[in-house]
Amino acid sequence: MDHTTPASALYGVMAEFEDPTSLVEAARRTYNEGYRRFDAYSPYPIHEVFEAMHIRDKRVSLVVLIGGLTGMFTGLGLQVWVSAIAYPLNIGGRPFLSWPMFIPVTFELTILFGAFAAVFGMLGMNGLPMPYHPVFNVERFTAHASQDRFFLAIESTDDKFDRTGTRAFLLSLGAKDINDVEE
Amino acid sequence: MDTHPVYAPPPVIEPGHTFGTVTEQITGIVLTRRHPYSWFFGVFVGFMGTMMLLMAITWLLVKGTGIWGVNIPIGWGFAIINFVWWIGIGHAGTLISAILLLLKQDWRTSINRFAEAMTLFAVVCAGIFPLIHTGRPWLAAYWLVPYPNTMGVWPQFRSPLIWDIFAVSTYLTVSLMFWYVGLIPDLATLRDRAKNIYIRRLFGILALGWRGAARHWERYEEAYLLLAGLSTPLVLSVHTVVSFDFTIGIIPGWHSTIFPPYFVAGAIYAGFAMVLTLAVPLRVLYHLEDFLTLRHLENMGKVMLLTGLIVAYGYVFEAFFGWYSSNTYEQFMIYNRMFGPYWPFYWSLILCNIVMPQFLWRKSIRTSPAMLFFIAMFVNVGMWLERFEIVVTSLHRDFLPSSWGMYWPTRWDLMTFFGTIALFTMLFFLFIRVLPMISIFEMRTMVPAAKVKGAKAH
Repeated sequence: MDHTTPASALYGVMAEFEDPTSLVEAARRTYNEGYRRFDAYSPYPIHEVFEAMHIRDKRVSLVVLIGGLTGMFTGLGLQVWVSAIAYPLNIGGRPFLSWPMFIPVTFELTILFGAFAAVFGMLGMNGLPMPYHPVFNVERFTAHASQDRFFLAIESTDDKFDRTGTRAFLLSLGAKDINDVEE
Repeated sequence: MDTHPVYAPPPVIEPGHTFGTVTEQITGIVLTRRHPYSWFFGVFVGFMGTMMLLMAITWLLVKGTGIWGVNIPIGWGFAIINFVWWIGIGHAGTLISAILLLLKQDWRTSINRFAEAMTLFAVVCAGIFPLIHTGRPWLAAYWLVPYPNTMGVWPQFRSPLIWDIFAVSTYLTVSLMFWYVGLIPDLATLRDRAKNIYIRRLFGILALGWRGAARHWERYEEAYLLLAGLSTPLVLSVHTVVSFDFTIGIIPGWHSTIFPPYFVAGAIYAGFAMVLTLAVPLRVLYHLEDFLTLRHLENMGKVMLLTGLIVAYGYVFEAFFGWYSSNTYEQFMIYNRMFGPYWPFYWSLILCNIVMPQFLWRKSIRTSPAMLFFIAMFVNVGMWLERFEIVVTSLHRDFLPSSWGMYWPTRWDLMTFFGTIALFTMLFFLFIRVLPMISIFEMRTMVPAAKVKGAKAH
C-alpha cells in the first residue's frame, strides 16, 4: 500500500462502461475486491448497482419521520396555544380545546414539514449543492455521464488504492476507457 | 396497437429509442433557437390576457368588490367558483406524479413533468382569487396568517377558511419541491449539453452540482418515494378541505357529507381533462408521438371515464338525499337547481359531465386524440358549471323568499376569469420553452437498453 502523496493531487481513477450490465458487474467486483471509497455514476438510477455496492441509507426515512412529527407538534401546539392561551374566545361556553377542529391544520403541517425534511435532508446528505467536484475534470464524464454512459470511480483515499494496481484492476473489469481524475 | 396480445400492454415508448435519442429529442426542444410559430402565438395571446387580468385586479383594488356581480344573498361568486375550479385542475398533476408512482404505473413517466407544471400554474391561478376576493388583499395577512401582530389578535383555527390557507399553501410548496427534485437530474443533462456558456452556467446553478452518483441516486429515490407518499394524502386532503368551505355552512345544498369524496373525484376528473387538453396539441406540435403514445392518451381517457362515473354518482345521490331528507329547503334546492331560473346551467352540466364522457366506453374513441380533446373540452366546461351550480344555486334561493336574488357576473368578473386562463397559458408556454417537458432520466429507464441483463425484473 502506497501512502506517499503523488506529485499532482489525484482524486481517483475512473473507468467508463457502455451499458448498465457492465456497470453493475464492475460495481459488484469492485466491492468484492475490498474497495469501499468508490462510486458508480449513471444517467438514471439503477437498483442493481445499489445492491452491488451495498448502499441503503436508512437515515432518509428517519429524517422524514422526524420532520413529520415536528410538523405535527408545531401545528397542534400553535393551535392549542392560540385558541386556549393567547386568544381564547368564549363562544356560548364551547370548549377552547376543540381538538377535532385542529386536525386539518395539524395534518397539513405534518405533510409540509415532512416534505421539507425529505428534500433538504436528501440534498444535505448528498452534499448538494456542490458547485465543484473533481469528477467533472474528466472530459468524457462531463460529455456523457448525464446522458448515455456509465462510470465508476475509485477514490485515492481508499485504503486499497494504488495508482497502477487500481488502474489495472479497472481494466480487468472490461472498462472501455480509463482516466485519472485530477483533484 | 392491436398486434399486441391483451395481457402485455404496449410499451410506453415507441421501439427504436436509445439513451441518446431520448436525451437529444427532449433537450432539443429547450436548447434551440428555433421554435414553432404557434409557440409565439400562444405566448402572445397569454401575455395579452395576463395584462387584462392585471387591469381587472387593479380596478378591483381601486374601487372594491362593488365592480363584481356579488351582492347579498349571493356573497360568493366568481372568486370562489374559479378558485375551486383551478385547484381541482391542479389535482391531476399530483395524482399522476405521486399516486401513479406508488402504484407502479410506469406510463406516468411521459406525462408527469408537464402535469406537475400544470398543477403549479393551476394553483397559482387559484391562489389569486382568495387573495383578491375581499378587494383589500393586504388585510388578509392578519385574517389568515398566524403571526404575532401589534393588535394581539389571532386567526380562528376552527374556520375552514384558515384550513384552506394551510392546505393550499402546503400544496403549492410541496408540489413545487416535488417538481424541482424531479428536475434536478434533467437540469444536469441540460447543463452538460448546453453550448452557450451563460445557459450552461444557469442550468449548472439550478442542477446543484448533480453528478449521478449511485450513493446520491439511492437517497434521491428514497426521498422521491417518500415525497410521493406524503403527496398522496395531501392531494386528497386539499380538495376535502376546499369542500369543507361549503359543508361547514348550513346552506341547503352545501351542508352535505358527500362533498369531500365528490369534490376529490371531480378534481381528478377536471385535472385529467386539462392534462388531455394540453397533451393532445403538445405531442403534435413537438413531435412527441413516440413518448406520448396512444396508450397514454387511452389510459387518461379511462381515468376520466372512471372519475366521471364517481362524479355522476355524486350528482345522483345529491338529488336523492335532497328528496329523502324530507327537509323543505333541501327538496326545494334540488327542484330549483333543475327547474329554477338557472336550469340551463344544470342541464348543460349533466350533458358535459355525465353524457359526453360515456363515449369513452368505446376503444376507438379513447384512442382518437381529436375525440379525446373534444370530450376533455366538454369536461373542462362541465366542471366549471358544477362549481357555478354549487355556489350560486344554493345561495340565491335559500330560506326566506323575501331574501332571494339573482347573480350574474359583470365584465370585471369575466375579465378576471379569462385573465387567469391566459396567465395559465402563458406560464405553460414559457415552461415548455425553458425546461424539459418530459422527464428525461425517467424516460431513459424505459429504453430497452436500460434493462440490466441477468437481473430479476422489478
